[in-house]
Amino acid sequence: MSLAAEQRSEWELAPPLSTRLRGMFGSTYKAAKRDSVLAASIIVLLVGLFLAIFGPTLARTDYERTDPINRMQAPSSDHWFGTDNWGRDVFDRTIVGTRLSFLVGFSVTIISTVIGVGVALVISYFKLLDSIMMRFVDGLLAFPTILLALALISLIGPSVGNVIIALSVTATASKIRLVRGAVLSLRDSTYVDAARAVGVPVPRILLRHVLPNIVSIIIVQATFTLASAILAEASLSFLGAGVPEYVPSWGNIIATGQGYIQVGFHISFFPGLFLMITVLAVVLIGDSVRDHLDPKLRGRLKTTAQQ
Amino acid sequence: MWRYIAQRFLVSIPVVIMVGIITFTLVYVGPGDPAAIIAGDEATPEILEAIREDLGFNRSFPVQMGDWFWKLAHGDLGTSYFSKREITELITPRLQPTLSLGFQVVVISTIIGITTGMLAAWKAGTRLDRNLMVLAVLGFATPGFWLAFLTIWVFAVNLGWFPVIGYSPIQDGLFKHLHSLFLPVMVNSILASAFISRITRSAMLEVLREDYIRTARAKGASEFSVFLRHAFRPSAIPVATVIGASIAGLATGFVLTETIFAIPGLGRMLVDAIVRRDYPIIQALLMVVAIVLIGVNLIIDILYAYIDPRIRY
Repeated sequence: MSLAAEQRSEWELAPPLSTRLRGMFGSTYKAAKRDSVLAASIIVLLVGLFLAIFGPTLARTDYERTDPINRMQAPSSDHWFGTDNWGRDVFDRTIVGTRLSFLVGFSVTIISTVIGVGVALVISYFKLLDSIMMRFVDGLLAFPTILLALALISLIGPSVGNVIIALSVTATASKIRLVRGAVLSLRDSTYVDAARAVGVPVPRILLRHVLPNIVSIIIVQATFTLASAILAEASLSFLGAGVPEYVPSWGNIIATGQGYIQVGFHISFFPGLFLMITVLAVVLIGDSVRDHLDPKLRGRLKTTAQQ
Repeated sequence: MWRYIAQRFLVSIPVVIMVGIITFTLVYVGPGDPAAIIAGDEATPEILEAIREDLGFNRSFPVQMGDWFWKLAHGDLGTSYFSKREITELITPRLQPTLSLGFQVVVISTIIGITTGMLAAWKAGTRLDRNLMVLAVLGFATPGFWLAFLTIWVFAVNLGWFPVIGYSPIQDGLFKHLHSLFLPVMVNSILASAFISRITRSAMLEVLREDYIRTARAKGASEFSVFLRHAFRPSAIPVATVIGASIAGLATGFVLTETIFAIPGLGRMLVDAIVRRDYPIIQALLMVVAIVLIGVNLIIDILYAYIDPRIRY
C-alpha cells in the first residue's frame, strides 16, 4: 500500500463530523422515544422556539398598549395572566419575552462555542500564545459572570446586542479553558501521534482527529451555557441593567411585579414559571445528552444500578 | 506543606495582576470623561483641565494604571464620583450584612448539600435518590430572584412571619439579625445546596465502586463506617471544588437578593453604583470580589492537600 493510500485509510477510521452529528441526532431521537423526561424537555424547548419565532403574531393584544382602566387585574378569561401596572396584558408580554430569552441564550451559546473552540484549538498548538491567552482567561474567570456583565453593560450601555456581548465574554473564556484542556489531553494520544507521523498537517489533525473526539464535551457544555445565559439575561433585566425597559423580557416583567408584590403577584409569577421551565428543559436535555454521548458514564450508571 | 502553600500563593499572584489590568482597562476605555462627571454639568473647560491635572487623568495609560495599582496595594480603593468619599470608608459599613449572609449560606448549604448527596448515593437507584436528584435539578433551574419573590410573597406578605424587607444589624440583637436575614439565607442556601448535593452524590458513587470499598465491606466494616470513613474523604475533593464554585455563584446571588430584600450590603452597593455610573466604585468592587474569590480558591487548593496528602505539585 502506498503512503497516500495508508493515509487515506487512516482518515477513514475517523468518520467525518457530519456522519457523527447525524448519528447523534438519530440516537437522540431513539433515546427520546425511550426516555419520557427527555422527550418532554425537547417538546418544551420546541414550543419555546415556536413562541420565540411567532410570539408577537400570537399576542392577542398590542403588548405595548397601555390600558390604565384595566391596570393590575388578576388573571381572568380576558387576561389569562392578568394585567400589569400599565394595564398591559401579562400573557402577551410573557409570550413576546420568550423571543428575547431565546435570542440572547442561543446567540451567547453560538458565539461562545465558535470562538471558544476556535481559539482553544489554535492556542493548544502554540506554547507562547497559549500561556498569554490562558492568563487572560484566568483573569476573566476570576470575576463572577453577572458582576462582570453588569460592569460591562454599565460601560457600553444597555441594549440587546450589548447584553449578548457582555454574557459572551465569560462564556467564551470558560469554553476556551474547557476545550483547551480536552485538546491537550488528546494531543499525546496514539492516533494523533500516528497522524502526525504520516505527515498529516496540523490544521487537518485538529479538524479531523481532535475535534470529532471533543464534540460530545462541546455539546454538553453548550447546553449548560444556554441555560446559564437565559438565566443571566433574566437576572440582568430584572436588575434593570439588561435590555432597555421597553423590550419585554421575562426579567423585567418579574421586576415590575416585584414592585407591586402585595397586589400584583401574578405579574411576576408567570414569567418566572416560563423561565424556570425553559431552563429546566435545557438542563435535562444536557444531562441526557451527556449520559448518552459518554459511554464511560453509561457503564458507570449500570454499575450503580447493580450495587 | 508550607512549600506547597507558598507555591499555590505565588501562582495566584499573576491572576490578581491580570484581574487588576482587566478592571482598570475596562473603566479606562469606557465612555464618559471622569473629569466631566466629577465637575458636573456647568463646568468650564478650565475647571475640567484643573480637575484632570489635579487627579492625574491627563497622564499616560501605563502611568495611571501603575498609580492605581500602587494605591491599591496600599489599601486605597479610590474616591467615589458621586459622594466624593473614600471608597474604603463607604465599603466598611457594607461588609457586615454581606459577610453574615455569606457565612450563613456557606455553612447551611454545605450541610444540606453533603447530607442529601450522601443520602442519595447511599440509596442510589431508589425513589428517594430520584426525588432528591429531581430537587437538585430544580434547584439549578430556579431563578434565585424569582424564588426570593415567591418566598417573600408566601412568608412575608401572606403569613407575615418575616418583615417584607429590611435589615437589622447584629448590634440590634443576634436573634433580630438572624430573623431579618432568614429568607435571603434560605433562598441562597437551597439553590447553592442543589449543586453541592449533585456533586457529592456522583463523587461518592464513583468512589464506592473502588476495590478498597469492596475490601472494607468484605472485612465486615459497617455500612456507616464504609460511607463516612472510607468513601467520604476521597470524594471530598470534587465537593470542595464545587463549594468554592458555589461561593463564586453567591457573589452573583447576593447582587440579586440584596436588591430584592433591600439589604444594605456590597451587592446592593454595586447595583447603586451602576445606576449612578460611579465607575471608581464599580472598579473597586470588581477588584475586591475577584480578590476574595481568588483567595477562596487558594484556600480550597490548600484544603486539597489536607484532604489528599498525595497532592503536592
